[in-house]
Amino acid sequence: MPNILEVKELVKKYGDFTAVKGISFNIEEGEIFSLLGPNGAGKTTVISMLSTLYTPTSGDATIGGHSITKDPMGVRNIIGVVPQDLALYEDLTARENLVFWGQMYNLSGKPLSARVDEILEQIGLTDKAKNRVKTFSGGMKRRVNIGVGLLHKPKLLFMDEPTVGIDPQSRRAILDTVKDLNKQGMTVLYTTHYMEEAEELSNRVGIIDHGGMIALGTQKELTQQVGQSETLILHLEEGANAEALAKSFNGIKGVDKADASDHAVTIICPEAEDVLAAVVGKANEQNVKIRTIDIREPNLEAVFLHLTGRALRD
Amino acid sequence: MLKTFLIGFKDLRLAFRDRAALLLMLLAPFLLTIGMGFVTGRFSGRTSGISDIPVILVNQDNAQLGNALVDLFNATELADLMEPTASLNLETARQLIDSDEAAAVIFIPEGFTESIIPKDGQTLSGEVISIEIYANPSRPTSAGIVQTIVEEFLSRVESGSIGGQVAMSQLITSGRVAPQDIPAVGEAMSERLSSSTTKPVTAIKLKQNEVGGEALQFDVLAYLAPGMALMFLMYTVSYGGRTIIAERIQGTLPRLLISPTSAAQILGGKIFGIYLTGIAQLGILIFATTIMFQLKWGDTLGVIVLVLAAVFGATGWGMLITALARTAGQVASVGSAIMLIFGILGGSFVSLENLHPLVQNLSKITPNAWGLDGFTTLALGGGLADISTPVSALVLMGTVLFIAAVRLFNRQGIAQR
Repeated sequence: MPNILEVKELVKKYGDFTAVKGISFNIEEGEIFSLLGPNGAGKTTVISMLSTLYTPTSGDATIGGHSITKDPMGVRNIIGVVPQDLALYEDLTARENLVFWGQMYNLSGKPLSARVDEILEQIGLTDKAKNRVKTFSGGMKRRVNIGVGLLHKPKLLFMDEPTVGIDPQSRRAILDTVKDLNKQGMTVLYTTHYMEEAEELSNRVGIIDHGGMIALGTQKELTQQVGQSETLILHLEEGANAEALAKSFNGIKGVDKADASDHAVTIICPEAEDVLAAVVGKANEQNVKIRTIDIREPNLEAVFLHLTGRALRD
Repeated sequence: MLKTFLIGFKDLRLAFRDRAALLLMLLAPFLLTIGMGFVTGRFSGRTSGISDIPVILVNQDNAQLGNALVDLFNATELADLMEPTASLNLETARQLIDSDEAAAVIFIPEGFTESIIPKDGQTLSGEVISIEIYANPSRPTSAGIVQTIVEEFLSRVESGSIGGQVAMSQLITSGRVAPQDIPAVGEAMSERLSSSTTKPVTAIKLKQNEVGGEALQFDVLAYLAPGMALMFLMYTVSYGGRTIIAERIQGTLPRLLISPTSAAQILGGKIFGIYLTGIAQLGILIFATTIMFQLKWGDTLGVIVLVLAAVFGATGWGMLITALARTAGQVASVGSAIMLIFGILGGSFVSLENLHPLVQNLSKITPNAWGLDGFTTLALGGGLADISTPVSALVLMGTVLFIAAVRLFNRQGIAQR
């Protein structure tokens, strides 16, 4: 399949701070491509440049043959954007919002009305169409936010962390929507810091950290980088000193890496069963109570830890 | 262009769904107008406007001009507006002011006529005896109207006197009349003039209401209502400016900027939205006061043009405040301060004529002053041609402020990516 997006050495600087450090990647038509990285990695800045909101300091990208620096209006006509934060008029109804944004994408008359009906159906808000957005739950607002991005049937849809801060049910609905859209032929660039979402949705994943692309490929290609290592995650009780515990694990035979994050310690090791007893023993020595233990096959979390020495949710 | 209108109409819709904004845009000026109407006696129940102004005439002149002034206040043209009463004693008359039974006392001293028109065989002393007006401070509008009528009368007398002197000089220099015959000629001329032009009363005419053909009454609400409407128009334009910053914060402005809509269309749409909201606000207030208080705003075309111009000038201020502010809070606080300052400077609370000349000059920077000038002119029967100066000033004000604001927007990148 031909590339719909080609990114070349994209850089964004704010004074002395470089938010994006010359990243390059391509997305094929029909793909779901995820940019995976922790908060502050530069994902939103990349999306903002690709959607022509910010001008790159250097580098360029083409979307459907249109340069983001030389032909931004051409780009805007073929992309859809679902921003991370809700961007809706809360005092307008769901239908009024969709109609207004449809007009901004040059839709009008009966085609606009029909498309709005389709979108309301797709996001499951037909019966709430005449309610003002401010009366909606967070999940419903997210669905309208996504609906706005789909109105003009974009060739490439940017979704910037669309599941942040919503309930599991709405999150599930959004992930299913993304898969449905992709089945209908829409190319999606999806940013997230949830490894599970990237694993479930993506054909390919780009891992981004500190403004740089540190790994790129299919999930299989990426996990091969960490070999056959398994991931052992210890979920600790609140108040436990996860960092001290993680440091003490690094001396255990069979532990490749250990890192602390959010009342949890993530351990990369060739065989989880071999280190489990020693790990629990160390926790007992330090009077740290373990709530649950997860053992996972090689995954993107392990890749990130392997590449950066930090857990993804740092 | 279409998108500019769509953004503008969207903002108008949003403004009218904001209850807090509606309270200040419509209810506050309406209630303040009613309140001030009560304070000024507009709703005391006797009439629908200022009429039957009680004025006491103390005519100690009892000669040609003094009598003419008394006749003027008793003329049929002023019958609805004035309720004159004659008095022989100045002190008695002034007591009526103290007891708030009269709006003003006009004292015509003895010898007033002779100080302007000499008797046979006499010459002018050169010192003109002045008419005195004692105004009731609790009825400034009524007293102001009385004063205006007297000033107009004196102006006519003065121009007649000068005209007579010029005519006499020309008769002498041309050799048609000998200097010693001048008093006799003057007396004959005076008699002929007085008989041909009937009475001096006719020299002063009230403007007629072109629509109804009725003698116009000065309705104090015709001053108060536009004053309040213009003051709260400044709130509306700063509210509109605030939405530009609010949209940036809530993410809808960036979303607009990544749609196939140019920055100029978006900024134009936002400005158009403020303009539309201001027009809707003034339109509703004009309609409501017309229906509820039978307030006559004057020539319809003139009112429409003036509303368009006043909102344009005010929108310019709103854009400038927005361009200079960094946060929505700054726009709100500066906007509220400007609303009150311009309200005071522009005459929304106190007539500009009662303010210091320096303040009167300063008021020219406000859309309130020019707008109020235009609305008062229209309410007094003026037409579109009569409000050309305030309309031009408002359009010029708006244009200059828009240019300044757009330059600032561009420099700060508010409308830029």
